[in-house]
Amino acid sequence: MNETPLPLWASESFWKKTAIWVTAGSFLILVVLTFDSLSQTSAGGKRVPAYSVINKKIDYQYKEELHKFMPVIGETELLFGKEYTEEEARQLVDLGKKTTQAKNCMNCHTLLGNGAYYAPDLTKAWLDKGWISKDVREDMMVKFLMDPEKNARTFGSNRKMPNLKITEQEAKGVVAFLKWMSSIDTNGFPYNFKTINAEE
Amino acid sequence: MNTSGLNGVMQNATALGEKSRACLNTFKAWVQLDSSNLSPGQQLSVKYFIVAVILFFAQILFGMLAATQFIFPGFLYEILDFSVNRMIHINAMIVWMLYGFIGCVYWFLEDESGTDIVGLKLGNLAFWVLTGAVTVVVLVYLLVQIGPGKDSSLWLINEGREYIEAPRWADIGIVVVMLIFFYNVVATFSKGKWSGIAGVLTLDLVALAGLYVAGMFYMTNITHEQYWWWWVIHLWVEATWEVLVGVIMAWSLMKLLGVRRKIIQTWLYIEVALMFGSGILGLGHHYFWIGTPEYWLTIGGFFSALEPIPLVAMVVHAVYDSGAHAFKNGNHPALAWIIAQAFGNFFGAGVWGFMHTLPQINMFTHGTQWSASHGHLAFFGAYATINIAFFYLAIQHWRGDVWMGGNSQNAWRWKWALGLLNGGVVGMTIALLIAGYEQSFIERAVEGSTWGGYFAAQNHPSFQSAMNWRWFFGLITFAGLILLIWDLLTIGKGETRKAPIIPVEE
Ligand code: HEM
Ligand code: HEM
Ligand SMILES: [Fe+2]
Repeated sequence: MNETPLPLWASESFWKKTAIWVTAGSFLILVVLTFDSLSQTSAGGKRVPAYSVINKKIDYQYKEELHKFMPVIGETELLFGKEYTEEEARQLVDLGKKTTQAKNCMNCHTLLGNGAYYAPDLTKAWLDKGWISKDVREDMMVKFLMDPEKNARTFGSNRKMPNLKITEQEAKGVVAFLKWMSSIDTNGFPYNFKTINAEE
Repeated sequence: MNTSGLNGVMQNATALGEKSRACLNTFKAWVQLDSSNLSPGQQLSVKYFIVAVILFFAQILFGMLAATQFIFPGFLYEILDFSVNRMIHINAMIVWMLYGFIGCVYWFLEDESGTDIVGLKLGNLAFWVLTGAVTVVVLVYLLVQIGPGKDSSLWLINEGREYIEAPRWADIGIVVVMLIFFYNVVATFSKGKWSGIAGVLTLDLVALAGLYVAGMFYMTNITHEQYWWWWVIHLWVEATWEVLVGVIMAWSLMKLLGVRRKIIQTWLYIEVALMFGSGILGLGHHYFWIGTPEYWLTIGGFFSALEPIPLVAMVVHAVYDSGAHAFKNGNHPALAWIIAQAFGNFFGAGVWGFMHTLPQINMFTHGTQWSASHGHLAFFGAYATINIAFFYLAIQHWRGDVWMGGNSQNAWRWKWALGLLNGGVVGMTIALLIAGYEQSFIERAVEGSTWGGYFAAQNHPSFQSAMNWRWFFGLITFAGLILLIWDLLTIGKGETRKAPIIPVEE
């Protein structure tokens, strides 16, 4: 067959070069954005508060000027009646985070909306009205985590969380982790969430 | 000591060993496969395929258990909880697909490079190490399940991170095995000849393996942790896996239909440019709500909305090539699954992905059965299909290149397996979509995503009937899989007609 020369846009070498440049360029942009995102979201920044935020009151409210829901960090509101130093708070949250992984929470629940869909989202679990009132919340959460079968409410679904042999210390860690997570600025997700602080 | 007891045990063990050997021999006599039809690389490749099929079976079995628990929450409660079943369901999926991909590459490595595989022994060793490790990991998932909130649990039991739950020790093993695989690919192409396909494959494998490392670290800060977790998951399925499939598809179309290499490789480069150009920054569609800065709403929304474009290009490619060659080929089931791949990839990833990828919509669909609907159609449509197509290519060659067509003896089996599997997954996808809509509406929009809202949606009759339908279509899928396995074991048995040899165009 007679080879007629191909136009540039149909040639193999043109597309090879394009593929290389597009990939390298996109990756470079991603790397730059990654540095920026990681630094903007390290614990203690504006978007992801320091772990010692567990000493504070946390709420989640609609901000008219931003058109979205935002975490609101208030005055002191101790967890388990104790004021944690930054390092103590980090250790407690760390224990909680590790416990959520070792117990595989993410394969029933979502965290920040990612995970499984068999059980409710944990992003704002600390603020959920399901814990009835702020006075009983901490206690109820720890009890529930340690023996979810006995303390199950199931909201009429018959689905019960299994007993994951969570110790009291681990349960406290998980509660601290959930409290800290509820203070992260998630760009307004979930929308229209009414917290335990809201007046009915 | 009672030595006669010990002797008894020994005797029993020997008897058991002999019995299983006898079983294996009966099985071998029944399948009548002649491995002398396979090159050394292909013999290694079919080992990967066999394990892939076994894990595919496990995936579906545990998926059914999890789906049953949505309907009867007490089913296997505190024996095999939903979390355990679901973890095995999705982990088996990731691992069987990787096995399948490795098998595909070993299958064509000799042909494409024009020489023998350099480290074949090492490749075999890696296979057994990996398979041993996978077995141990699954046994620990089943028997130990969870541990205390300590590092040792993450090292030995599971890491508790969706899709990449494998404990740290296994992560390291996986990386080593991938390095051996990668060495084999590079060394073999270097010894033989490089090609466009070889180049794309090599660079893609570097990225694929490198990304896995991004998911191997523990972090207290959940925003950081999920940031890197998505590097693995998203940059695998929406970039590196997609390109790997492009490579496998390119080689298959060349062999199956005889399409010209120049055309194939030009298409491959176009696909790489489009896929990486949209998919790399499309990663941002997972950074809307995890604490990361607001610019991701724009970047993620924009680039991920472009991701369907390469998928359209891939459909055009496969369908055009098939049409241009008048669908003339000697392996109809393989070609049918390749066409299923083109459409499944386009609808599952392209259309279903696009539907919830803009932040304004994702705000309400995020973390609902919507994602599961998309996840099922995309993983099945894009990655299960291409592997199944390759299983058919492999079994044909193993049988001695016999004809496998729509008019073969027992052709109903592959046709029904094709129909049941695709119909089952599409049915599940629709059921989950309905459940997802209902959740977005009731749980997210009306109830504001509280726990009460979550359960209001779960208890709603339309959600519950969707779960029943998902179960029903799951059963259809399962039936299709069993038929598929039966067909793969028997197709071409007793067939004497040879498949026509399709010359590659110059
Ligand atoms: C073959 C390619 C693809 C596969 C296998 C795939 C698979 C998945 C899976 C399994 C999830 C759920 C992740 C989780 O468990 O949280 C997911 C999420 C998502 N995918 Fe894909 N996907 C693919 C391509 C695409 C494409 C091309 C788009 C966009 C056009 C897309 C958009 C999304 C979005 C927006 C989410 C987030 C859902 C949420 O907010 O919960 N995907 N994908
Ligand atoms: C008998 C057939 C199947 C059944 C009954 C089934 C069932 C399930 C169930 C119950 C879940 C958990 C969803 C949740 O967290 O609420 C799930 C998740 C998943 N399954 Fe399947 N499945 C089946 C087949 C498949 C197939 C063929 C694939 C892909 C090839 C697949 C891929 C997935 C993925 C990617 C997820 C995670 C989705 C997400 O997190 O968004 N499944 N499946
Ligand atoms: Fe994605």
